[in-house]
Amino acid sequence: MGRYVLNRLIVSLITAWVLVTIVFFLVRLLPGDPFLSEKITPEIRANMMKYYGLDKPLHIQYVTYLKNLLKGDFGYSLRYKNRTVNEVISQAFPYSADLGIRAVILATTAGIILGIIAALNRNKGWDYLSMFIAIVGVSVPSFVIGPILQYVFATKLNLLPVSQWKSFAHTIMPTFALSLSSLALVARLMRASMLDVVNQDYIKTAKSKGLSPFQIIWKHQIRNAILPVITVLGPVTATLLTGTFVVEQIFAIPGLGKFYVLGIQNLDYSLVLGMTTFYGLFLIAANFVVDIIYGLVDPRIRIAR
Amino acid sequence: MQVSNSEITQEMFEHVGKNVSQMEAIARPSLTYWQDAWRRLKQNKVAMLGLIIIILYTILALVGPYMTPYDYRTTNTDEIDQPPSAKHWFGTDTLGRDLWARTWMGARVSLAIGFLSAVLNAFIGVIIGGISGYFGGKVDMIIMRAIDILYAIPYMIIVILMMVVLGQGIMPLVVAMIAVGWLGMARLVRGQILQLKEQEFVLAAKVLGASHSRIIFKHLIPNALGVILVNLTMSVPSAIFTEAFLSFIGLGVVPPQSSWGQLAYYGIQSFRVRPYQLFIPAFFISTTMLSLNLLGDGLRDALDPRLRS
Repeated sequence: MGRYVLNRLIVSLITAWVLVTIVFFLVRLLPGDPFLSEKITPEIRANMMKYYGLDKPLHIQYVTYLKNLLKGDFGYSLRYKNRTVNEVISQAFPYSADLGIRAVILATTAGIILGIIAALNRNKGWDYLSMFIAIVGVSVPSFVIGPILQYVFATKLNLLPVSQWKSFAHTIMPTFALSLSSLALVARLMRASMLDVVNQDYIKTAKSKGLSPFQIIWKHQIRNAILPVITVLGPVTATLLTGTFVVEQIFAIPGLGKFYVLGIQNLDYSLVLGMTTFYGLFLIAANFVVDIIYGLVDPRIRIAR
Repeated sequence: MQVSNSEITQEMFEHVGKNVSQMEAIARPSLTYWQDAWRRLKQNKVAMLGLIIIILYTILALVGPYMTPYDYRTTNTDEIDQPPSAKHWFGTDTLGRDLWARTWMGARVSLAIGFLSAVLNAFIGVIIGGISGYFGGKVDMIIMRAIDILYAIPYMIIVILMMVVLGQGIMPLVVAMIAVGWLGMARLVRGQILQLKEQEFVLAAKVLGASHSRIIFKHLIPNALGVILVNLTMSVPSAIFTEAFLSFIGLGVVPPQSSWGQLAYYGIQSFRVRPYQLFIPAFFISTTMLSLNLLGDGLRDALDPRLRS
């Protein structure tokens, strides 16, 4: 297990290094050299000079950049002279993370439960319901589901608050809108996996031992069927956490999505790149955790690698 | 009359001759792999419905903007936010632009981005995956490690970074999407090639002195084409979704140019008062994504030789 963790850690670190190197060179490719723009005040320019060491040769700039990142410093805003990326992140990321984590939990638990119910009731009502959700999930994007929910549950029925992020009632619609497509994916995978496991020999053995159907399903079928579902947790987490940007727009949630859009509209490259770097590193770390969980749950994985 | 075995004589037999032309006649038309796949796809009603919808939208994208006298760029302050009517079939937007024209101009952009980036991704992925799988060894190891690392960086993060640098528009969108979009296809093709290259027909080709490129492009890739085609079909809707996602955070195509994602984005601003401005583009995005997914499922069933009877 130790070797497996080390192996995954090294891969994650290399990935992180590749990401920040790409960002470093992209900054140098930016159109029109934003650091020389007339609109930038002398203070910001001085900040920039100090931060990126722009008067020094490229390789020293690169080292400075890496050092700043290692200190956990993601850079400055080009637009506001006293705003740093770190401030924006500490102010806005908790909202995005809150929404993202709720969506991950809903998508995985509800998806797995729905998949199990569908597989156990094959070709009956529940199965058709899960198929219907799967079809809606693949074809209707979150930015369509969100407004429809708003229209039905807030504007027409007046059951839930239209937007913002203040109480549990405020979180219901954004979480559901964000997680539906991933929920559908997890449910479909879980259903297929359950139906696959049913035909395995160890289920036959369990039946012939005279175990109760509940014991067979709970101890043998579900436990084995859940493994392939865990593999998609990494991509699902990435999809949901980046997906928050769109859902935040719709429900007026003060998360990172808002600053992203503002930064892009203001041509505040430094802010956008800093936030993207942070997000990328966060997701790489999340993926690492998922890999470790997968190794813990399925011993075959850590031996094979 | 009873005839015992010993009494069978040569006169009892008649020589009928050999009709060579009849022997060689083909009883049923022989079908190639693709004809057979097409025949099976035609039997799949759901997949055919998907195909028909896609063809219909493509035709409307081509001719739709010319079906109304209104230009998709022309603003008209006298006719802002009109609901759908006989004059403006899909209504008008907050600047008085005709939404029928904008929807189908947007369809051009959305469909073009979807198909173009899917095809280019497939092209790059097939070449790199093919080389990696065929040569194996060190080449394979280096390519696959590189792919593993790039794959671990979230796709959306790379696309956003590329868009920030490249600026907005259709070509930057396509370039950003193919920057890392080919990774999945390369992995898939490599896996296929690894299986196929051990088979006898490859050995036969080698013995006959076929060159590496001939074996890869004439023998291996045509055999993997079914899987490639299914994956390509499935990647079109995700490209359309990516375009819409980017429009939402302000990195999509720039007005007056339109796309379905951008129309949906502007539709949401005034959605509670004028729901049609969102529902029309949302309907087309959703049905396109659904149709392509259904078509992809149908193709998978039609192209899988294991289902052949």
